[in-house]
Amino acid sequence: MTMIFGVPLAVFMGQLMLGLINGAFYALLSLGLAVIFGLLKIVNFAHGAMYMLGAFATLLGMRYLGIGYWVALLLVPIVVGGLGMVIERLILRRIAHLDHLYGLLLTFGLALIVEGTLINVFGVSGSSYPTPAALQGGFQLGFMFLPTYRAWVLVAALAVCLGTWYVIERTRLGAYLRAGTENPALMQAFGVNVPLLVTLTYGFGVALAAFAGVLAAPLYPVSPTMGSSLLIVVFAVVVIGGMGSILGAVLTGLGMGLIEGLTKVYYPEAANTVIFLVMILVLMLRPAGLFGKEA
Amino acid sequence: MTFNRKTLASSIALAATTMMATGAQAEFSDNEVRIGYLADMSGTYRDLAGPGGLEALRMAVEDFGGSVNGASIEVFSADDRNSADVGANTVRGWVDERNVDLVAGLVASSVTIAVTKVLEENNGLGIVSGSAASSITNEHCTPNHIHWVYDTYPLANGTAKAVVDQGGDSWFLLTADYAFGHALEGDVERVVTENGGTIVDKIRHPFPTSDFSSYILQAQGSGAKIIGLANAGADTVNAITAASQFGVVQGGQQLAGLLIFLNDVHAMGLEATQGLLLTTGWYWDMDDEAREWAERYYERTERMPTMVQAGIYSSTMHYLKAIEAVGTDDPMTVKAKMAETPVNDFFSRNGHIREDGRMVHDMYLAQVKSPADSTGEWDVYEILATIPAEDAYRPLSESQCDLVQN
Repeated sequence: MTMIFGVPLAVFMGQLMLGLINGAFYALLSLGLAVIFGLLKIVNFAHGAMYMLGAFATLLGMRYLGIGYWVALLLVPIVVGGLGMVIERLILRRIAHLDHLYGLLLTFGLALIVEGTLINVFGVSGSSYPTPAALQGGFQLGFMFLPTYRAWVLVAALAVCLGTWYVIERTRLGAYLRAGTENPALMQAFGVNVPLLVTLTYGFGVALAAFAGVLAAPLYPVSPTMGSSLLIVVFAVVVIGGMGSILGAVLTGLGMGLIEGLTKVYYPEAANTVIFLVMILVLMLRPAGLFGKEA
Repeated sequence: MTFNRKTLASSIALAATTMMATGAQAEFSDNEVRIGYLADMSGTYRDLAGPGGLEALRMAVEDFGGSVNGASIEVFSADDRNSADVGANTVRGWVDERNVDLVAGLVASSVTIAVTKVLEENNGLGIVSGSAASSITNEHCTPNHIHWVYDTYPLANGTAKAVVDQGGDSWFLLTADYAFGHALEGDVERVVTENGGTIVDKIRHPFPTSDFSSYILQAQGSGAKIIGLANAGADTVNAITAASQFGVVQGGQQLAGLLIFLNDVHAMGLEATQGLLLTTGWYWDMDDEAREWAERYYERTERMPTMVQAGIYSSTMHYLKAIEAVGTDDPMTVKAKMAETPVNDFFSRNGHIREDGRMVHDMYLAQVKSPADSTGEWDVYEILATIPAEDAYRPLSESQCDLVQN
């Protein structure tokens, strides 16, 4: 059997595949964060809670309203994104002129409230959500058994990432957005409704998190704490990629998924730490992040 | 002579405080019995003890009458957030500022080991109900704590032995990388090899972990017949979920969950867990006495109790009866009384507290029912065998505890 650093080739390939899937997940979540930070300069610590709400809405929608997976995939991001817009309008807007730190603390507090409330109601054990019928089973790839659902997660996450990047970097709407954050007063003078643009952008970032939550529901037990553990990793990804860089967030997300996957084979004890090691190295050598422009 | 006067004054002060201290020990200190409940109230282990365990403790206090020989019983609680530092500092505060008489709950083994050291330094008393590590009454034993519900030794003795006996003789171990996981891993390795099996490989995963797919894939590649899960709580749930997604059972391998709680099975559902073998210290539906108590508990919480929650009630009751009998809350006197009284109640059968602090009692080998065999939401286990108290736990002849004369 071919071995790579003492690991059979088949196992190695399998780990790369899983790393890529997890990476696509990180990419999707860090993309939302990067959009919100890049365009609104809000360090959104409520992102994990919004991801968790996405998964919960999917679960509860099925349990109480009979809403299936495919409908949830479309509906849940809209509903949770709408909630995000309400939060932006009612709460975040009031501190928009203050230092970033206030936004960070405010969103962190919001996340704790949402999480704590759901823990009180549902406990932490989590509930399982069935894999949709069309995506059950899996492929025998030779080197591993790949569940169909995981393959779908990879495709869906990458498609949404690319679409978002295209809208923001290549379309007129994206140009408005970028200009609006660069110089809001001037854009306002041109007749563009900047506050509305800001609300929509925050809502969109939150909707991305909720979309990731729907994708996660059949993969992991749906529990109120599912967001907080992931959030820290995702923030590290954004910092490594360069705060606010959209392409950076996507590529770094994929890369970190791979690095973490390989760590799980060669030194599993460090699997939860390795991303932070990379973060420290990047901050020492390139403080603006791998793809960041501002120092 | 100012020097002498000062010395005299401080000697008198010292003598007076010493007398006050000893004087107080003859009765209940501050004429109140204070029980502090420390557990994970919001994280991974919340549902196996957590607020439900606090409710069981309050239920015991209420059933006892709310006071002992005229002294009222005060109950307070804190969340240790599974951090040994937080737990140890909380208990230090309870000892210094609130004069706590008993620390109950105690879930994550790492927290328990730190807290029992604090109790030993301050001559306190703790009853450990949630923790699993058998080292708590072995190399980490203290005269100041009792371990009540179960530990990793009977878990391995029960489940691992049963699995090896059924032909599952090659194992791949997935271990939570902290004190509890290490203790369980050691106990399982011993039982598997003693019974003629082998450990093919093992992985220590960080605690907590949400995505187990990578480890499951490695376990599949190992060719072992059994994938042993030396973890607990959400980690076990996540591992079993990942295993079902990657077709572990269809691939011809079996899972062995070494520490599975009622709430875990309830959360995952019988479809995903049916057939799983496990060892438990108690099950709500195991007989009339257990059912009667469990139904009273259910009325308060709308959940059936885990073995840990039942153990918290049982141990608190045993403690309260002991302080009533000896008329003091002095830790060593109370512990001696508890140790000389056999423990036979709805929870414990043939139970007694050994000199290493281990409360040994009958344990049970159980199997998760199939959805077809289950008559209700909480009807999930079938008890296959009773493991008698004397066979279940580590024999004192093998103990490394300083309190045991070997």
